Amino acid sequence: MSDFWRRFRRNRGAVVGLVILLLVMLLAALAPVIYPGSPWDMATAPFVPPGEEGMLLGSDSLGRDVAAGIAHGARISLMVGAVSTVAALLIGVTLGAFAGYLGGVADDAVMRFTEFFQTIPSFVFAILLVAIFTPTISSVVFAIAVVSWPPVARVVRAEFLSLRSREFVQAAEVLGKSRIAIVLTDILPNALSPIVVLASLMVASAILLESALSFLGLGDPNLMTWGFLIGSGRSVIRLAWWMSVFPGLAIFFTVLALNLVGEGLSDALNPRLARTRGGPA
Amino acid sequence: MELSKLPGFLLRRGVKALVVILAIVVCNFLLIHAAPGDPASVIAGQSGAADERFLQQLREQFGLDRPFHVQLWIYLKGVLTLDLGFSHRQQQPVWLLISERLPATLLLTGAAFTFAVVAGVTLGTLAARRVGTWADSVITVIALTFYATPLFWVGLMLVLFFSVWLEWLPSFGMASVGADLTGMAAVLDVGKHLILPAATLGLFYLAVYARLTRATMLEVADQDFVKTARAKGVPEGQVIRRHVLRNALLPVITFAGIQAGQLVGGSILVETVFAWPGIGRLAFDALLARDYAVLLGVFFCTSVMVVLFNLVTDLLYAVVDPRVEVEG
Repeated sequence: MSDFWRRFRRNRGAVVGLVILLLVMLLAALAPVIYPGSPWDMATAPFVPPGEEGMLLGSDSLGRDVAAGIAHGARISLMVGAVSTVAALLIGVTLGAFAGYLGGVADDAVMRFTEFFQTIPSFVFAILLVAIFTPTISSVVFAIAVVSWPPVARVVRAEFLSLRSREFVQAAEVLGKSRIAIVLTDILPNALSPIVVLASLMVASAILLESALSFLGLGDPNLMTWGFLIGSGRSVIRLAWWMSVFPGLAIFFTVLALNLVGEGLSDALNPRLARTRGGPA
Repeated sequence: MELSKLPGFLLRRGVKALVVILAIVVCNFLLIHAAPGDPASVIAGQSGAADERFLQQLREQFGLDRPFHVQLWIYLKGVLTLDLGFSHRQQQPVWLLISERLPATLLLTGAAFTFAVVAGVTLGTLAARRVGTWADSVITVIALTFYATPLFWVGLMLVLFFSVWLEWLPSFGMASVGADLTGMAAVLDVGKHLILPAATLGLFYLAVYARLTRATMLEVADQDFVKTARAKGVPEGQVIRRHVLRNALLPVITFAGIQAGQLVGGSILVETVFAWPGIGRLAFDALLARDYAVLLGVFFCTSVMVVLFNLVTDLLYAVVDPRVEVEG
């Protein structure tokens, strides 16, 4: 563990990313304390510029506090990012393990299925899913998970393919361990590091995807999100630039932080790879 | 690849593409039935308040009271004869709506793609030749930045900067309203409207291609045939152009195929921000009106576009790289 932390720390960008990410989490956790009450409530006059009348980041067209919206939106963004990633991991790991461990026809079928999902325009598909199942937080999470699992399945399959012929797996088979037990206790733990790296990047892209959906008006109508804030600032951008600028910066820093942490994790978990490559590829 | 193998290769890829398209149609069909409520009202694009006679007509047309597999067959036959349904809201066939908007989207995505590839490969080459210098770091930082920025927000910021503050470029539409330009002036007018949306859509992929080109160029530059070329005394510029870059471009082609779907998805966001009259904008309007027939049609058409584009990149790759096995 200390070895892991030492290698992670060597990547300065990753440490910066981790600090930003912790700050965003803190903001999300403290949102109800710093900005008690609903972020949908009117706090002041409409279109107050940043820094005036106690509005740190200005107010929107209905006099709502933009800063309060960002703080409460952080909870939704992080939550959607995390939950949809877990869901996508469940689908991807299951299918990938199935394909990689069994091989043959099962492998072929699963890979064709995966290729199909990688070919279709995923954002258009996500829009369609949310629109048809009506925009709620669960349909958004579902749609993001459905379009994000294919890379997981590919990575897990490749790991399983190479691990299943190793001696320790053969030994477990000879000992009469059940297949499920072998997959869960012998192979999966050894395939974890690429999954962890991928997961951190998936949280980042899930947050981007969620913001794009709510920008188009496909967010849960009861929840304040960053994408919704930008979407509502779009038509009045000549009047109130702060309504779209600040929520966008919030998305940018959160996603950047997650990408940097992902690179750091990759360096720390695959030390051999980190030393040989010429830079971030 | 030998030319004699080309027809077989084309046939196999064509069949594969057809299977994917069929699967997309089945996917649309399943979505109509998975949606909460009456499938007829999903097809009609409105829930609850639909005209009962129209719904009845739809039930008959799609055989909604018949067995499931018959319904699937009817739907499949319809889509494959390019009958994508009827938009009750706009009182027009979906296919007509989409084909009217298609040229604008092709112009936008084509311009963005060209911009991304040309600028991305140039920047990536520069970065690879100057590894570890400030130019390399700048390009890496730019790439990381655009990886983390929502596309629609980049568009809004460009509008804020170039349209609102500097007043250099128009912020919406495809042509000046009421200007009635002809000939060269009209082309220039569209070009001016195209700059911001194409830049928005292209910047992200520019970052992707720059990083990809940099990485593969560094990889290729280490290989023996490059060292041989240098040892023979081939001028440095020629080594980079003919030996390194040419080989480094192969992954860029592959990646362009993989990214095609995302480019199309991104155009929905960009067209929404800039009110660009393409199918993305059509999808956004359909979204607001919950016009599912149009949404399903847009999903089908964009998927077909991606499949066709993939076919082209596969072919291009096989022709460019003689080492490619044509199996599969």
